[in-house]
Amino acid sequence: MLCDQCRERDAVVHLTQIVNAEVTQLHLCEKCAAAKGIETTVAMPKHPLGDFLHAVQQQSAPALGDQTRCAYCQTTLRDFRASGRLGCAQCYTAFEGALRELLRRVHGAASHRGSSYEPPTATGGHRPEMETLRARLQQAVAAEEFEAAAQLRDQIRALE
Amino acid sequence: MTLDLSLLPDGGMPWITAAGPHADIVLSSRVRLARNIAGLPFSPRAAEADRLQVLEQVREAAAQTALLRAAMLLRVDAMTAAERRLLHERHLVSRELAELEAPAARVGAAVLVGDEAALMVNEEDHLRLQVFRSGFDIGGAWERAARLARELGDLLPLAFHREFGFLTSCPTNVGTGLRASVLVHLPGLVLTQEIGKVLAGLQQMGLTYRGLYGEGSDVMGNFFQVSNQTTLGRGEDELCDHLARVVAHVISRETEARRVLRRDAGYIVEDKLWRAYGTLRYARSLGADEALNLLSGVRLAVGMALISGLSVYTLNKLVVFSQQAHLSLVEGRPLTEVEANLARARYVRGVLAAETGPA
Repeated sequence: MLCDQCRERDAVVHLTQIVNAEVTQLHLCEKCAAAKGIETTVAMPKHPLGDFLHAVQQQSAPALGDQTRCAYCQTTLRDFRASGRLGCAQCYTAFEGALRELLRRVHGAASHRGSSYEPPTATGGHRPEMETLRARLQQAVAAEEFEAAAQLRDQIRALE
Repeated sequence: MTLDLSLLPDGGMPWITAAGPHADIVLSSRVRLARNIAGLPFSPRAAEADRLQVLEQVREAAAQTALLRAAMLLRVDAMTAAERRLLHERHLVSRELAELEAPAARVGAAVLVGDEAALMVNEEDHLRLQVFRSGFDIGGAWERAARLARELGDLLPLAFHREFGFLTSCPTNVGTGLRASVLVHLPGLVLTQEIGKVLAGLQQMGLTYRGLYGEGSDVMGNFFQVSNQTTLGRGEDELCDHLARVVAHVISRETEARRVLRRDAGYIVEDKLWRAYGTLRYARSLGADEALNLLSGVRLAVGMALISGLSVYTLNKLVVFSQQAHLSLVEGRPLTEVEANLARARYVRGVLAAETGPA
């Protein structure tokens, strides 16, 4: 069956939608499905070896990453697994790979489709976030936590 | 401190009036949004100074928003256990923020309570804003919550990730940070034994249900809190619309179940509900669960027009004000369970007598 969207590739994702009590069926190829933001909850291995590797990766990935540490708040992946809580916004970057997989399992999707957001710009010269980051940078340098300091420096640059 | 919520209209519970659509079946509709301030660790990981800074920043920003300009700031971290429990019984603070079992709440824990919206500070996320509406009105709750979140986001730099959306302490809330919930009373479906199918259906539709007090609370008195399970991968409007559509269907199933009860078991149901009313009206001791179950019966009787002269508003008040911390406040001292049961029966008798006249 060809993809309903591009009419070029084979349809591999079959989507049943109920909109206003009407059932519609959509058959999409992987590429068009991804373009529409449809996440398939399971990765689709194409052959037995892929299946096997996928399973191995699933088993070994957590063990490997346990000591991964967020440079900003010092939370480790192990801490997160124990408490179910991340320490700060930067944890999402530090544990990105593991989280993407988890989010896909929990939400059936790993990307935000809700309202977008731009933080307030520097009107009136008051930027609490910047001040906080600068203060933390100073603390990190004083405590010789250079990895954290480098991350903070990058964040400040990004904001500037 | 002495907690005085009397200055707040409806004691901080705008949903209690029963003025909204389908108020006999739906107690309240709520939209909650989780947000964090960028550049600070999430509250559970934050130092005391950070948590106080969060509180200060949120307080300043909230004072510039339409919905929280005149809000009352309640420092949960300065409250006794009884006061924290009272706020929890009013759905103003979560179990987590109230730390019901702990001698004190964590430093910086607070709640801002306005006429139409409330904002928990330093729960597991820096900001947990929520809007309650009476009856079935998810749209109204979402519209107000969205406006408040936009205003706050224009004043505070929020933690937002291009791919993951609004970042939250627990990944189950990430993305929209939105939890929309509807508190429904479904005695008809319970009595006709249809409830199992309906609850299983909810889960298949990506929704979940909990008890009267949300996460970790048991289902009592046939009250079910139905909410979206996921927060990522779908837009806010879509999440709210989906919940509203499914709940509308649940309401029609409940209405149908009540019709069937009246048709097939008219006198049995009528007798059962009047007995519930009789017990509430005359009992000298009422346990907390017992009172909720009996109130559920009387609520059904009022919904089926079997009992008249009793408003849903009064029944809503009875659900909240007959709980332990509220009874302790009225009595002016902490109560043992036995004392609370006696006080509960006395309170319920008084309210019913005032509403329906002396027996």
